[in-house]
Amino acid sequence: MSLLDIKDLRVRVEDREILQGVNLQMNAGEVHSIMGPNGSGKSTLAQVLARRETYNVTGGEVLFNGKDLLAMKPEEAACEGLFLAFQYPVEIPGISNAYFLRSALNAIRKYRGLEEMDAMDFLPMLRQKLKLLDMDDKLLNRSVNEAFSGGEKKRNEILQMAVLEPKLAILDETDSGLDIDALRIVAEGVNAMRNPERAILVVTHYQRLLNYIVPDRVHVLVEGRIVRSGGPELALELEDKGYGAYDAGAGASA
Amino acid sequence: MGSDRVAAASQAIAKYAESFGGFQKSAPGHELSWLRKLRQDGFVRFSEVGFPTTRDEDWRFTNPGAIAQVPFRLVRNGHSLPSQKDIDRFRMPGAGSQLVFVDGRFAPGLSLVGKLPAGVTVSNLAAEIARNPEAIEKHLGHYLNMQRDAFGALNTAFLEDGAYVHVAKGVVLEAPVAILFVSTEQDSPAVNHPRNLIVAEENSQATIVEDYVSLGGGQALCNTVTELVAADHSVISHYMIEREHTGAFNVSTLRIQQGRTADVSSHSVLLGGALVRNNVHPVLGGEGGECLINGLFIGNGRQHLDNYMLVEHASPHCGSRQFYNGILDGHAHGVFHGRIIVHKDAQKTDAKQTNRNLLLSDSAQIDTKPQLEIYADDVKCTHGATIGQMEENSLFYLRSRGIDEMSARRLLLVAFASECMDRMKEGPVRTHVEKLIHDHAFRLAAASLGRVA
Repeated sequence: MSLLDIKDLRVRVEDREILQGVNLQMNAGEVHSIMGPNGSGKSTLAQVLARRETYNVTGGEVLFNGKDLLAMKPEEAACEGLFLAFQYPVEIPGISNAYFLRSALNAIRKYRGLEEMDAMDFLPMLRQKLKLLDMDDKLLNRSVNEAFSGGEKKRNEILQMAVLEPKLAILDETDSGLDIDALRIVAEGVNAMRNPERAILVVTHYQRLLNYIVPDRVHVLVEGRIVRSGGPELALELEDKGYGAYDAGAGASA
Repeated sequence: MGSDRVAAASQAIAKYAESFGGFQKSAPGHELSWLRKLRQDGFVRFSEVGFPTTRDEDWRFTNPGAIAQVPFRLVRNGHSLPSQKDIDRFRMPGAGSQLVFVDGRFAPGLSLVGKLPAGVTVSNLAAEIARNPEAIEKHLGHYLNMQRDAFGALNTAFLEDGAYVHVAKGVVLEAPVAILFVSTEQDSPAVNHPRNLIVAEENSQATIVEDYVSLGGGQALCNTVTELVAADHSVISHYMIEREHTGAFNVSTLRIQQGRTADVSSHSVLLGGALVRNNVHPVLGGEGGECLINGLFIGNGRQHLDNYMLVEHASPHCGSRQFYNGILDGHAHGVFHGRIIVHKDAQKTDAKQTNRNLLLSDSAQIDTKPQLEIYADDVKCTHGATIGQMEENSLFYLRSRGIDEMSARRLLLVAFASECMDRMKEGPVRTHVEKLIHDHAFRLAAASLGRVA
């Protein structure tokens, strides 16, 4: 059984069909990448999988670990082991990063029938993960993402992923706005989390991140459909030739 | 106003007149001529002006008609006191002293006065009027402006009891003084008029907490006045917590008189009450004074919570900062009316005012009104107000991390309120307030999801 099985997923926003029948399967232990031009539906796919309720799913089915993902609320999907690293992490003034992370971890532990973790056990664990991402301790006491730099926000997303240890992590344009040093650190953080039980879906416009997080499979999403799939070499080809070959109409022939 | 409503209001005033005669003869200290005169002046002033109406600029957003029309009866002798157990659940842990007033009158059996440093008096006004009338006469009624405040005049007419705190020169009172005002359920609409006097002499320090609660329901009006004297170089924190039942009326006035370089913080937390009007009126009367006016109001159902500030800069080089955050759900109506007067000689005034509001429903309403009157020419005054809703983005972000919707809502409410809580000094009062806010946010989050908490 695949960890993630997307069958003919169709999503509408207002009168536009953004996803026009997406099919995708991922197994535990695999890293896939979805690449595509702006407006192809990459972020919509990521958000729908994380169960954002503002999108209207008009058809298809998604099984996550054998369960009907589309019937889940966002918090249920998270508790079942799905994680979305946001393209635009949200600032939440008034809630400290550490408190937020512990609340999230304990919500998930509670769902799984585990005991909640107290601050005494939580903080040392958190400090260790911070080191992995070369993050400053001070970020823990600051409000969630408030006045974080772009790079700090993206690292903070990966920190959350490291703490919550999902079965499936979706990284939505985590590379956008990162300089090369920050990109390396983020990629190292992600690579450290690769293991046979976990799948990672890297959504990106550019190939650069895939130099550091090498995927098993690459899919090209154009106009709401996956028009081509292949190995990591496909990413290099796209970098070289661009998405021009898949412009309007080209999708039909794929 | 319709003619029957006018009639109801004048009947209500007649009712106050009826009880005033008897009250004046038997009230504590009735034999003291200055006190008799003070009460008489209060009553005369109240009779002249009656209750304000929305035509009065200071009451534009709050109609006191609901209060004016009810024939409230003064709660006097003869009812049984609540038990310790009834009161214990309201107590603030960590307070040095706890004075308890039941329907406006001191309840010594329920009060706990801890060990106090030399030079500190924590007592009740009625007792101090008997014991030490000169000390009371020196301050009582000297600061409240009865001319502009009918409720203050009414309070003065019926002033009888309340807290009295005196901190001598140079004394630091570390543990907060908690004053609990309990309204009990009566057979008919009941009114009480607590009157508090807090005098902090030069270079002293203290924290005072007024906490208003109810036992049972019933129509009630608590009309309270606190005069707070912060002499030169004193550091005073004052808290007002309103958490009566949502059918109660509460009108309160805090009049602060600040000396040179006195540093006063006023914190208001309005959670309960049907119609609440909270007046905070500091006068920065000495050079270099600082005043923080911090507030949080959270309303639901049909609650009406009105925050009225009158900040008077009467001396040069003073600073005042007003920060109020409001959260309104259901049909609740909030008011922030921040008036700043900078007198002619108050050069180098630095006055700031911010009001942020979170509206959780389409029918919740906020009126926010800055009013700056500046008669000096070298001053800095800024004001700003925002109104927003709970961000879907933030909710989704929290939920996407496994936090259920209700908890996510509660977290965001607490986060919004935390701006105000962070301005309170860490310690027992802040812990007390934080607990109240967390519990309240929980109920609000549950209610907004249509669940019963």
